[in-house]
Amino acid sequence: MLLIKCPYCGVRDQTEFRCGGEASRARPDHPEHISDPDWAQYLFYRENPKGLLRERWVHRYGCGQWFIVSRDTVTHDILDSLPMGDLPPKGRDAP
Amino acid sequence: MQSYSAISLLRHALGGHRRWPPAWRSPVPKRHYDVVIVGAGGHGLATAYYLANRYGIRDVAVLEKGWLGGGNSGRNTQVCRSNYFYPESAAFYEHSLQLFESLSADLNFNIMFSPRGNLELSHGLEELEINRRWANAMTLNGIDSELLDREDIRRMVPILDLDCRFPIVGGFVQHRAGIARHDAVAWAYARAASASGVDIVQGCEVTGFESDDGRIRAVHTNQGSIGGDRFALCVAGNSSALAAQAGLQLPIESIALQAMVTEPIKPVLHTVIGSAVIHCYVSQSDRGEIVIGGGADPFHSYAQRGVLPTTRDNAAAVRELIPSFGRLRVMRQWAGVCDIAPDSSPVVGRTAIENLYVSTGWGTGGFKAIPAGGDTLAWTIAHAEPHPLLRPFSLDRFETGQLVDEGAAAGVAH
Repeated sequence: MLLIKCPYCGVRDQTEFRCGGEASRARPDHPEHISDPDWAQYLFYRENPKGLLRERWVHRYGCGQWFIVSRDTVTHDILDSLPMGDLPPKGRDAP
Repeated sequence: MQSYSAISLLRHALGGHRRWPPAWRSPVPKRHYDVVIVGAGGHGLATAYYLANRYGIRDVAVLEKGWLGGGNSGRNTQVCRSNYFYPESAAFYEHSLQLFESLSADLNFNIMFSPRGNLELSHGLEELEINRRWANAMTLNGIDSELLDREDIRRMVPILDLDCRFPIVGGFVQHRAGIARHDAVAWAYARAASASGVDIVQGCEVTGFESDDGRIRAVHTNQGSIGGDRFALCVAGNSSALAAQAGLQLPIESIALQAMVTEPIKPVLHTVIGSAVIHCYVSQSDRGEIVIGGGADPFHSYAQRGVLPTTRDNAAAVRELIPSFGRLRVMRQWAGVCDIAPDSSPVVGRTAIENLYVSTGWGTGGFKAIPAGGDTLAWTIAHAEPHPLLRPFSLDRFETGQLVDEGAAAGVAH
């Protein structure tokens, strides 16, 4: 059981939330102009790190807001949770 | 290799079972092999066995960071079936099921294959239509399937509560599907591979790759550097992490899938039951335990343990189908880390690195794929081109868009 801190509502039970996957993905500005490999990279390829992962969560059965959680995929420790936009979408190593 | 038979059992019984030789050797690794396989689970061991016995490559090592069969090979719910929707998957998993049928004899090891049938339930007329389409697709693919109505199911599995929430209106069964003892499959391949000269090295963790000129030259391990001509990664949920060390990115996400068993009871359930709507599957092991599986944990994980809300959902689902199981106590609950591809189909074969092969994307159904996964990957390594059954499951499908979207076909989030 995870206890997740919604930046708007505080710490709540995992079952109130849904995980939306890796936060580092950014949709290409002009998909019609990029190559098939680059489009595949955006659609299908993932970092899938063993360790620290920044991911999107939504407080589905709460305030309905999306936000970003930094979680360790091995220990499930949650380091922080921040509102969307406080982090650049690219780069897991960004501050 | 000591042959296993009634006679050898009797002879060793007379000696008090003190002189059984080890089932496989535990060699010190050489410095170089023709083929180095990382991961001594079912897939890695089967690949090594078929390389040595079918495709004439005997200079093979299988490196395992823990103990053999200790990952997903020992953590699954033992189901073997080929009731897939798309022709590509059906052909592949049917090859696997046929290998399972003769595996005990082929490997001289009782894998306890029990073709007790796999029953998929329909909880409404709409689902019955979808399941009819699914069962008919199987028939077109040349695989046995039989549509059942409510009374058929009542006769077949009397303990099911047909009037559960989302009442059961029908279903279909693949009679040739069933279960096999999962540990025995890994052990059988390990024993046969070892007898054919394959070196299985346990406690040997790969920590990095040495590459040169676009080829892998060696793997660094805690037992020194081990060189090879060709390398294969058969490490399930750890595929992304290991491939990243070799400079390769994969379309894989790692998710924990859990299962549990209850205390053993007398035989009450003689088939495997799956329900896409309630999202669970349940069978009874030879030891009498009720084996329960269901949905995966709802976020990425490399932890070999499941979270409690999922355990609760899976137990509740089975209790809804078979209320009498609600009185049973759960003995063990565990999880394995699954390698999920975007289309829920495997990713097997060559990679952008010329002499590196991967066997991944088995997702939540890798156990049933072990014999065919090993056979076709071994063929692919030996011939340096994809086995015909593997062509649809190559990495380039994510660029061409030719996905084999079994997740959508089955209507189950797996």
